[in-house]
Amino acid sequence: MREFDLVIVGGGPAGMAAAVAARTKGLENILILERDSELGGILNQCIHNGFGLHTFKEELTGPEYAERYAEQVEAMEIPVETDTMVLDISKDKTVTILSRKRGVEQIQAKAVILAMGCRERPRGALNIPGYRPQGVYTAGTAQKLVNCEGYVPGKEVVILGSGDIGLIMARRMTLEGAKVRAVVELMPYSSGLKRNIVQCLDDYGIPLMLSHTVVDIKGKEKLEGVTVAAVDSTNTPIEGSEEYFPCDTLLLSCGLIPENELSRSCGVDIDPRTNGPLVDEGLETSIDGVFACGNVLHVHDLVDFVSEESARAGESAVDYIRRGCTPDSTAAIKVIPQNGVRYTVPSQIHTADLLGDVHIRFRVTGVFKDCAIVIKAGDTELVRRKNRILVPSEMLDIIIKEEKLAAVTEDITVAIEEV
Amino acid sequence: MTKILTCINCPMGCELTVEVENGKVLSVSGNTCKRGELYAESEITAPTRTITTTVISEQGRPVPVKTAQPIPKDKIFECTAAIKALKVSLPVKVGQVLADDLLGTGSQVTATKSVG
Amino acid sequence: MYDVVIVGGGAVGCAAAAELAKYQLKVCLVEKESDVCEGTSKANSAIIHAGFDAEPGTLKAKLNVRGSSMMAELSKKLDFSYRNNGAMVLCFDEAQLGELEKLADRGRQNGVPVEILTGAQAREKEPRLSDEVVYALYAPTSGIVCPFEMTLAFAENAYENGVEFRLSTEVTGIEKTAEGFTVQTDRGSLETKAVFNCAGVYADKLNDMAGGRHFNIIPRKGEYLLMDKDAGTVVSHTIFQLPTKMGKGILVTPTVHGNLLVGPTAQDIDDKENTSTTRDGLAEVRAKGSLSVKDLPFGKVITSFTGLRAVGDTHDFIIEESTEGFFNAAGIESPGLSSAPAIAEMLRELLEKRMVLTPKPDHKDTRKGVTHFAALDRDAQNALIKEIPEYGNIVCRCETVTEGEILDAIQRPLGATTLDGVKRRTRAGMGRCQAGFCSPKTILLLAEKLGVGIGDIRKNGRGEVHEDA
Repeated sequence: MREFDLVIVGGGPAGMAAAVAARTKGLENILILERDSELGGILNQCIHNGFGLHTFKEELTGPEYAERYAEQVEAMEIPVETDTMVLDISKDKTVTILSRKRGVEQIQAKAVILAMGCRERPRGALNIPGYRPQGVYTAGTAQKLVNCEGYVPGKEVVILGSGDIGLIMARRMTLEGAKVRAVVELMPYSSGLKRNIVQCLDDYGIPLMLSHTVVDIKGKEKLEGVTVAAVDSTNTPIEGSEEYFPCDTLLLSCGLIPENELSRSCGVDIDPRTNGPLVDEGLETSIDGVFACGNVLHVHDLVDFVSEESARAGESAVDYIRRGCTPDSTAAIKVIPQNGVRYTVPSQIHTADLLGDVHIRFRVTGVFKDCAIVIKAGDTELVRRKNRILVPSEMLDIIIKEEKLAAVTEDITVAIEEV
Repeated sequence: MTKILTCINCPMGCELTVEVENGKVLSVSGNTCKRGELYAESEITAPTRTITTTVISEQGRPVPVKTAQPIPKDKIFECTAAIKALKVSLPVKVGQVLADDLLGTGSQVTATKSVG
Repeated sequence: MYDVVIVGGGAVGCAAAAELAKYQLKVCLVEKESDVCEGTSKANSAIIHAGFDAEPGTLKAKLNVRGSSMMAELSKKLDFSYRNNGAMVLCFDEAQLGELEKLADRGRQNGVPVEILTGAQAREKEPRLSDEVVYALYAPTSGIVCPFEMTLAFAENAYENGVEFRLSTEVTGIEKTAEGFTVQTDRGSLETKAVFNCAGVYADKLNDMAGGRHFNIIPRKGEYLLMDKDAGTVVSHTIFQLPTKMGKGILVTPTVHGNLLVGPTAQDIDDKENTSTTRDGLAEVRAKGSLSVKDLPFGKVITSFTGLRAVGDTHDFIIEESTEGFFNAAGIESPGLSSAPAIAEMLRELLEKRMVLTPKPDHKDTRKGVTHFAALDRDAQNALIKEIPEYGNIVCRCETVTEGEILDAIQRPLGATTLDGVKRRTRAGMGRCQAGFCSPKTILLLAEKLGVGIGDIRKNGRGEVHEDA
């Protein structure tokens, strides 16, 4: 059986950043497993710009961002096996992999980093009534068809959900000659970045219909149109508000779900709020030596954050291997999301095992104006940061200094307070 | 006249309040950094955008490309059509210049991915 | 000149084709869609009913019990998924015990083993059942099946034994001739001695074309929710509800592939093509399903769909020689799937009164479906990859379907030409991401193997006739 110190499942931005960080810390025996035929993951189909402002201080497209990391992986001679699917990860870190070249094989790792990314919420999960014709795609599937296969799936488009991929695809389809009739969003606010509303919708005069949803899909074999209706404060369609939009394409951009089938079968505890593993400050899951980072952990909006987080996971894995693959030494304090905070990553911190400052990443539950993010340990305030506006579409990242945390003995709470 | 803009330079999307008179920017507020001010200035006087799209190579595979410099916003469709009409043969390297001075905008078109 | 033209490539038409293929007959099956299993057979509860429900003495009762008893052996010979998981009918009201006993009586008259359990006994077998359950009828011989695999198995077995298939071919008229019939289609006409009408919701129209005694087929809409495999173990039996004043209940069942299925509603409609789901319908499925089973995980729904049952106005199956040489298998609503092989036998018996049937000496009574890579052991997997490396490439990650399986689905007899066709043969796209990741690759494989452009690959429905790939 082949043996590795560190096996990284996934060669997208998370997996590559973790590998580069682990190698930078001096770890030799690393293997990246990638199901696609090249590194880069979903970035390869994200041909728009806006990536890398934090990491590289310049604005790159998705493939360029991916290539920067892929070049580092190559320069560092980190082994990569592409066209390789991980079928199973056992608790003792035996990884079962499948490839054309090697068939089904079991390899042994000392530590594993989960970096499988996420998938889109499909139509079925959205409970949209109507027919099931050809022409209904998740935005990412359409993005892959347009950008990687050169095939534009339709000419008249309605987009349900204002996630970033949906906004980006509104512009992309427009540039490919399609007419995007509307972007329809159930919530009273967009789930995409503000800049994308400006440069993907406003620039092209595409209406954003907030507090609206698709209530019917017409066309038995091929999509003929959708009926859109306004919704009330309980998200129930308002009778009489229906409007019919003829279209041959409906794109769905209604949320992303971390892909944790492997994590679950391995026995990793999953946080029902993020659908990702529960992790500590070093991104270690409930199973010692199994780490998670990137969109498999929680859905990010910025790849720069993914890279930063994943580098941390890579470093933690090296630390775990160096200390002889022993569990964290101490009991942990909890990080508890409170008023206005949906979840936090990490969900616990081993204050005696800190390897530096700790990022607390989280999302808020709704729109908050003129408020403060307050992080406390017991009654002691660790951080208070004022904000003009907080929205669920923006992942927040608060750094707590190592020195501050080392002294903490009580559970930490993260809450939004009105000012 | 007061104009409200959303800065598109970075994901923060600062809301800018811009005082404009006779097409000239008098003041910008609401920005977090210098780039917000520059954006407001450009957006009021001569708005520009970076185009990203694909060119179908002679071998049939799409090659993702971008305008290396922003182009005038009102030329987006014209420029996109010109980019689409470029002839590209594989292999291409990331950063490879596929066209100089796109439609007189002064912008190059470069490949954003190594393909083939 | 054909001996028999079968109209309709659903479970019944394909089972009839497989049955006739045992004899020295020239048989052609005509189907208006581009694949078999595109109508009622693809959207139903996928239950092999035990047979306690039907009125004793009816065709439904007789053929259900017979069909159900054939299923285990057929599933082995023809390689389709079937599991005998048992069923329960729940009673929520002491006052309705009498109804439950009537049902049990019917079962006994039909020769079906049944047993009445107390609520506690039922919950012992099925812990997630509602606390409101006071009694349950237990039917151990009930089963579940993959209706796609079953229909495809019959079709492929028929094909391998010489039955011709004309897909994307719609019957437009039937004329009586001296020797039989001319069956007119949108792709030319066929001369035949006999016709089997297995046209599902259109069986009444076809019967009218041939001039048989008139009946109506009313499409009864049934909406369903399908849940992720995560939810597949919520119950292990098929859970029915005793009909109440509120109407016929809905069922909760595991599927043979490990998902959880909840439905159907029952609404008679006019439009024979209306397979749309509705807000109210899906809400009803959720509400009624929750009566049977506690905490149904509706957050795990991966898709919803609607099927149309072909309900005849005689309320029994209509299996008859309607005019000389024209045989109906109409009104095949539930338990049609369970009865399909028995209906095929009955049609053959009726035909035997018209013509001499001589067994085919070289008839093959087995058929091998697409090899499911994930179901093999490690050694078999590696042997397969060695022989065909495409089995080492996963295309559908949710259901672990390899490129090898997809190529097999496209290239085998009566191979898939659409995304849905690949899905029904391999399960690629059937999982929790609902084809989000695999469809671009599947489209590319279909386009390449069929020699057409990406834009020509359809999800389903009628289209160009592709020659055998």
